[in-house]
Amino acid sequence: MIDIHKSLVEIMGDEHVSTGKEELYFYARDPGLMPAHEPDYVVAPETTEEVQKIVKLANKEKIPIVPMGAGMSLTGLIIPLKGGIVIDMKRMRRILEVNEKARYAIVEGGTSQGALKAYLDRNYPNLRHSIPDAPPTVTIAANVAIHGQGRLTQMYGFNSDMVSGLEVVLPTGEIAKIGSCSMSPSWFSKGPTLPDLSGLFLGWLGTTGIITKVGLKLYPKKKMRDVELFVTDREDLIPEILFRLTHTEMVEDITAWFQAKPLIFQGNHHVTLYITGDTDEELEFKRKMVWDSLKEFRDSKDGGFMWILPAMKPTFLDMPQRSVTTFADVKKGGGFEYSGPIALIEKYPVLARKLVELGAKFKVAYSGMARVIGRSHAMMFGIAFTFNRADPDMMERVRKALHEGITFAFDQGGIPWKPTVEEQKMAMERMDPNTLKLMKMIKENLDPNGIMNPGNWKVA
Amino acid sequence: MEYEEIVHRCFRCGYCKFTEDYHDINCPPYLKFGLDTYAAGGRMWLINAWLNHEIETSKHYAEILYLCNTCGNCKEHCVFTFKDDLLNIFEAAKAELVEKGLVPAAVKDYLQGIIANGNPYKEPQNKRGRWAEGTGIQPFSDQEFLFYVGDAGSYDESGKKMAVSVGSILSEGGLSIGILGSKEKCDGNDVKALGETGLFAKLAEENIRLFKEIGVKKIITLDPHAFNAFTKEYPKLGGKFKVWHYTQVLAMLVKDKKIPLSGYELKVTYHDACYLGRHNEIYDPPREILSAIPGLVFAEMKRNRKNSLCCGGGGGNFMTDVSGLGKDSSSRIRVREALETGAEILAVACPICYKMLDDAVKEEGAEEKVKVQDIAEIVHQAIRS
Amino acid sequence: MYTLKFDENLCATCQTSDCLVKCQFMDMESEAAHREMMKIVKGEYSSVLHDCKTCYACEEYCPRGNHPFYLITERREEKGMLTASRAITNQWINMCEPQGKYKVGEIKGKALSCCFIGELRRFARGKLFEDLRSSYILGPEFFCEVVYLHFAKPSIIKERLPKVIENIKQLGIKQLICMHDECYGSFTSLAPAYGMEVPFEPIHYFEYLFEKLTDLKGQIRPLKMKAAYQRPCSSRLSPDKYHFVGKIFDLIGVEMVKREYQEENALCCGEVLRMVAGYEVANEVQKKNIDDMVLSKAEYCVFNCPYCEMALSEKVSKKGIKPIHIIDLCKMAIGEK
Repeated sequence: MIDIHKSLVEIMGDEHVSTGKEELYFYARDPGLMPAHEPDYVVAPETTEEVQKIVKLANKEKIPIVPMGAGMSLTGLIIPLKGGIVIDMKRMRRILEVNEKARYAIVEGGTSQGALKAYLDRNYPNLRHSIPDAPPTVTIAANVAIHGQGRLTQMYGFNSDMVSGLEVVLPTGEIAKIGSCSMSPSWFSKGPTLPDLSGLFLGWLGTTGIITKVGLKLYPKKKMRDVELFVTDREDLIPEILFRLTHTEMVEDITAWFQAKPLIFQGNHHVTLYITGDTDEELEFKRKMVWDSLKEFRDSKDGGFMWILPAMKPTFLDMPQRSVTTFADVKKGGGFEYSGPIALIEKYPVLARKLVELGAKFKVAYSGMARVIGRSHAMMFGIAFTFNRADPDMMERVRKALHEGITFAFDQGGIPWKPTVEEQKMAMERMDPNTLKLMKMIKENLDPNGIMNPGNWKVA
Repeated sequence: MEYEEIVHRCFRCGYCKFTEDYHDINCPPYLKFGLDTYAAGGRMWLINAWLNHEIETSKHYAEILYLCNTCGNCKEHCVFTFKDDLLNIFEAAKAELVEKGLVPAAVKDYLQGIIANGNPYKEPQNKRGRWAEGTGIQPFSDQEFLFYVGDAGSYDESGKKMAVSVGSILSEGGLSIGILGSKEKCDGNDVKALGETGLFAKLAEENIRLFKEIGVKKIITLDPHAFNAFTKEYPKLGGKFKVWHYTQVLAMLVKDKKIPLSGYELKVTYHDACYLGRHNEIYDPPREILSAIPGLVFAEMKRNRKNSLCCGGGGGNFMTDVSGLGKDSSSRIRVREALETGAEILAVACPICYKMLDDAVKEEGAEEKVKVQDIAEIVHQAIRS
Repeated sequence: MYTLKFDENLCATCQTSDCLVKCQFMDMESEAAHREMMKIVKGEYSSVLHDCKTCYACEEYCPRGNHPFYLITERREEKGMLTASRAITNQWINMCEPQGKYKVGEIKGKALSCCFIGELRRFARGKLFEDLRSSYILGPEFFCEVVYLHFAKPSIIKERLPKVIENIKQLGIKQLICMHDECYGSFTSLAPAYGMEVPFEPIHYFEYLFEKLTDLKGQIRPLKMKAAYQRPCSSRLSPDKYHFVGKIFDLIGVEMVKREYQEENALCCGEVLRMVAGYEVANEVQKKNIDDMVLSKAEYCVFNCPYCEMALSEKVSKKGIKPIHIIDLCKMAIGEK
């Protein structure tokens, strides 16, 4: 009978392996609402080779493994539903390479968004990546693995669309290179023009392998960045507003959002949009295009641009935006969770109305937000509630509100984003049976022993 | 437990782990172990679990709490409104363990040393002022300033060296200073940080009584930890004195040209001590001193000022050595950072930083490349040159 | 119910119609101006109701004190006309709604009003304010409400301003130093125009500053600088206090540069214009104003209103002109900055 703990210590050293009650407690849960489930071991490897050894051991002994970044998906994706080994990837946090002319970076499986941003700011000030508003600790690998979105999503798609290569440790322990890096020293493509195998690992919630390296596309960073805020009291106008803004092709990120408090936001829908430029002329030209694109709404008084006071601007220009995180403490309770279905933008009004209804029905504080994906190809509609962690009744009400919200979103033709186990089941119930068959086939072939984050994307 | 109504509000978002621009991880125990339980968010969640009886007191729980260096990086960079109470919460949680007698052995040892000997070195009280022999620095009677040296300055080898260089430079600068010598007692700053609030109160009250009895009005401290205690905690117990850290006074003397500086042609980088910098926002005086020295080339480390990486000696770890000196210890990382600047001297303003970084230089095998010196030592060198 | 004290006859017999003839945004001869004004008086539609940019200047231009701009605002609301969008209008109505979150210091008979602008509280430091710093009011409960003129919502003013006045009265304040120019205009022009009694003496902070500086004359080191003065829209409600700017400047050794857009011809900061009239108008006004400052070789642009300061500071800085609030300028003169 193999001593798993001893084997893990041999791989990583005893400082980075724990079976302590404290680690088991902490890594059994995330800051969202999903029920906890303890792992048996928590480890923090530093190299791909260490990860490989852990996976081989787990595969041999049929122990579940759950890779995790910062654990901020809030939907329980890193909760080890069947126990086993939680692999905290964050010690693997180096930035390995930046190819300035080809505009890509290669980072490790635990490199944080914040570290990459800071590194680029200091060393490549003309390059940026699509940073999400999640806390800066969230990892690049986890973010692309769950098809996250960021500040460049309106321009270039999901953050996973910006992957330019992967190194993965397969559930059976092999290390595979995905994309151009599989046959070239350069990481400029995640698949095309080879068969695109990245799809085997992106969106699978850690059930098909562990990403140990990510190639990530970088984009031009202009010297100046500014923000405009268009406000309307008519949610039904939002789709058209977003359509016209995206038509200009002048805008960086576009989000539409609404919340009941504070009073300054009450009753209105806000479209925050960012423009960038290397010169005043470029910036002002883009600003003019943006203002002109919404002239009809301004003239009819259906909407107008808000004066963002200098004291407010840093909050909007912050990357990541800290106010997204501090929403968690609105109820002085350190909790928030959201469902973020991806849907057609034309569904914004009906989803917005639903969210307000849910807030009233369940007496919970809400915040609604939609991030435009691509040129209005879709939106991520965030159904977010904040709760007090010390109030179990409030937490239960939020759970119910989220369930009702996501069900409604699916009814409106939406698809889930970083779904909870329950949401995964709901999605699979609605899915084409052949699609499900394909998913099952892929999982069973890649992970014959079913060790990778079991319980997730569990096709019946 | 005091502050327990706040503990559940932590979102474990991790802002607390980083520097301001997210460039580096800046929490020493998290750097070393790489497990979230060792960062501020982990500690908060564990304290909350302990309060809710979801976990029990254990050796590991105590170890996690006592591994905190109280460097204040979490307090500086947390985005929530309760950030200013983070260290208070950790202290309160430790106080709970102290009350139950469940502290790690090394911490118990430290505290017992202070109870029995008045210092954690377990050295006799009457040896306390011996560092001053041959310096000409007199016992305090009616001088303008009390030069308060502290435990490290009285007993640790590097600390004593620092005490001599600081004491003599202040005298040379024309200041009227006196010391307590064998009457000096532990300031209690780290005792409080370890959760022994009762012992801290006793030490503080004794010190305040003594200072008042002998007519102390103005104090210059060697150690930023003492500076912190005297400025932040002692006034709450009735001890209101005018307090400076020695670098503040030395900066004034240099500015007023009371100390003639010839030159010191070396490249120097400066390590911001947590209790001088982050805790008390004193960043400029040491830099002003260094900038005033002809020929000295000053180079900032990547992590500086409020983003300084703690040497790992705070929270009593300087004596308890709970975290050890592995390659991921913050003191060794700090030395590597100093080496990156090309500096030949790593300047410090705290005897605890001095000891921690000096040991780390040796562990890194970098004695030929960089030397640790305190600000006053550098000024001495600049005079002699 | 408060109604605007407006005398039809004064308009009907006005020979100059200066209110509209002098308007910087409408090009009208006297006859046309009189005609349009009479339409407004009679409650009919006039192009003025659409074209007025809410700069307040006609309140000053009217030689008979007959409140043409307040009338335009009333007519707009009667006709359901908006200046800014509905959403922005509602935003401002919500933003300044009293919610029980305010600050009151240790009130003596004399107190500082900081409106609901935190910046004004921060200004109130140093020798110029040492006697009064602790006696202050700050918060929406003490907000002057004048901004709703920009949004054509006099109903909000009529609803909230009496309560503000009552709140101040309840605190026993006899003399109120208005740190916000607009507050002074509210209590000395707007409130009386609607028949609201003001049971305390509003004092413009310019007057207070001038007195204090005179007391501290021995400590003044002349600044020897050239400055442009940015006159806020609200200053049109209290033109009798404008001369204090020149007096303060003289006392502290600042030369007010001669420029085209000053005094009666001054241009507003333009940011509210952006909300009510659009991007191009606002930019044009700001450009004219700042180019004028540059042409007149101003080294500093001195602000009275914190909102003007927020609107223009960065823009004047880009043109090499240093922005500064008049209170900070005075502090500089007595060696405090």
